[in-house]
Amino acid sequence: MKKRVGVLALQGAFREHRQVLEKLGCDVTEVRRTSDLDGIQGLIIPGGESTTIGKLLIIDEMGERIKELGAKDMPIFGTCAGMILLSKTIVDSDQYRLNLMDTVVERNAFGRQVASFETDLQVPALGVNPLRAVFIRAPYLKEVAPNVGILAEYNGKIVFVRQGNLLASAFHPELTPDNRVHQYFLNMIDEH
Amino acid sequence: MTDIGSFKVKTGLAEMLKGGVIMDVTTPEQAIIAEEAGACAVMALERVPSDIRAEGGVARMADPSIIKNIMEVVSIPVMAKARIGHFVEARILEALGADYIDESEVLTPADDSYHINKHDFKVPFVCGCRNLGEALRRIGEGAAMIRTKGEPGTGNVVEAVRHMRTVMSEMRALTLMPQEELMTAAKDMGAPYDLVLYVAEHGKLPVVNFAAGGIATPADAALMMQLGVDGIFVGSGIFKSGDPKARAKAIVMATTHYKDAKLLAEISKDLGQPMSGIEISTLTESQRMQERGW
Repeated sequence: MKKRVGVLALQGAFREHRQVLEKLGCDVTEVRRTSDLDGIQGLIIPGGESTTIGKLLIIDEMGERIKELGAKDMPIFGTCAGMILLSKTIVDSDQYRLNLMDTVVERNAFGRQVASFETDLQVPALGVNPLRAVFIRAPYLKEVAPNVGILAEYNGKIVFVRQGNLLASAFHPELTPDNRVHQYFLNMIDEH
Repeated sequence: MTDIGSFKVKTGLAEMLKGGVIMDVTTPEQAIIAEEAGACAVMALERVPSDIRAEGGVARMADPSIIKNIMEVVSIPVMAKARIGHFVEARILEALGADYIDESEVLTPADDSYHINKHDFKVPFVCGCRNLGEALRRIGEGAAMIRTKGEPGTGNVVEAVRHMRTVMSEMRALTLMPQEELMTAAKDMGAPYDLVLYVAEHGKLPVVNFAAGGIATPADAALMMQLGVDGIFVGSGIFKSGDPKARAKAIVMATTHYKDAKLLAEISKDLGQPMSGIEISTLTESQRMQERGW
């Protein structure tokens, strides 16, 4: 049986996630309306603008439905903007969020676009080979609760975490040909 | 190895803007309205294109304090425009920390033969095009994002449609050509050969392609999305309309739900007056901004 995975398609780089998931043998649903959430086994919240996606999540109460599914243990993976939306606390912002992870996120934490970068990250959970990670106006996690597992740091800053059924990265695994992060997320669906 | 300002990083931001709306703003107040409406970025300007048309004179890079003030009040990316070929304006915008530079035909060109060598910068650039050859020349110069030129400040979408259809049909034609015809195609359209090969193989541009110039309604935005663009720039269409807040929000929603005609009908209701607009056939050649760029 193919896994049915949703990719939130309100704004941002959802097509790239779709392509990776299809390469890994999933059935992909682009989630634009609340009814698109029916029947999916996992959800990816892509990179994009967290304020834009947040505004569009309010319509149709889609955000509330995603919150319920996340609280019921459906695996959810947020990249960059997705990490911001999953966090309970966003430094200096009252923007809309899903409020699911016990993390404190700082937006645009590495600076503006001219400071965006790519680098090799050590991620023990994915094996010994480093992961090429692309950071675009990226956030990082200033603080995480003890129940949040840290999967990777960059220069002492937390950039990749897991809390139970929730996964979040400050970088964009969908922009590189290395599929290990998505495979890790699909394994979370299997465990579920 | 850590790498700042690589092509991957430059194109990466454009990838994140996809499916979104980038709005021209001239004041911090307008920037806040745009962010509140769900814009994925703003373009900081001294005057919107329709005012540039109305007032005439030489249109230049905005005063750095306008750009700074806008950067301070919003958390979304802030873009700014430099004149074609004006690499010093571009250096100033890069130093200010603008997230993207638009080397734009809306401003009065500073160089009538050469565009900026965009490879030389850490900050990414977006450039306009009317056809595939022009798009590939700009990418060859280092543009990390492309947009149609349309006819800015007119509220008339016809040129943006023409430019998008032209680019798409020229790309389709390349994908069907046998290998031996591609060099002549590159010569005929004045495009770098390696980029012609890329399009022939992939059927798409190597960078993100947005629509711009003349978009004034949610239906215009959805039309451009259905024609295959990755997102929308709106300039005068919002802040020269009767109710900018409502219109901005509606255009954001229409860009997300561009195939949902029922929802588009809902969104398009009660938006007040759209900008009045200009019929393009009444413009003389020198008034047509799309003719700028080489």
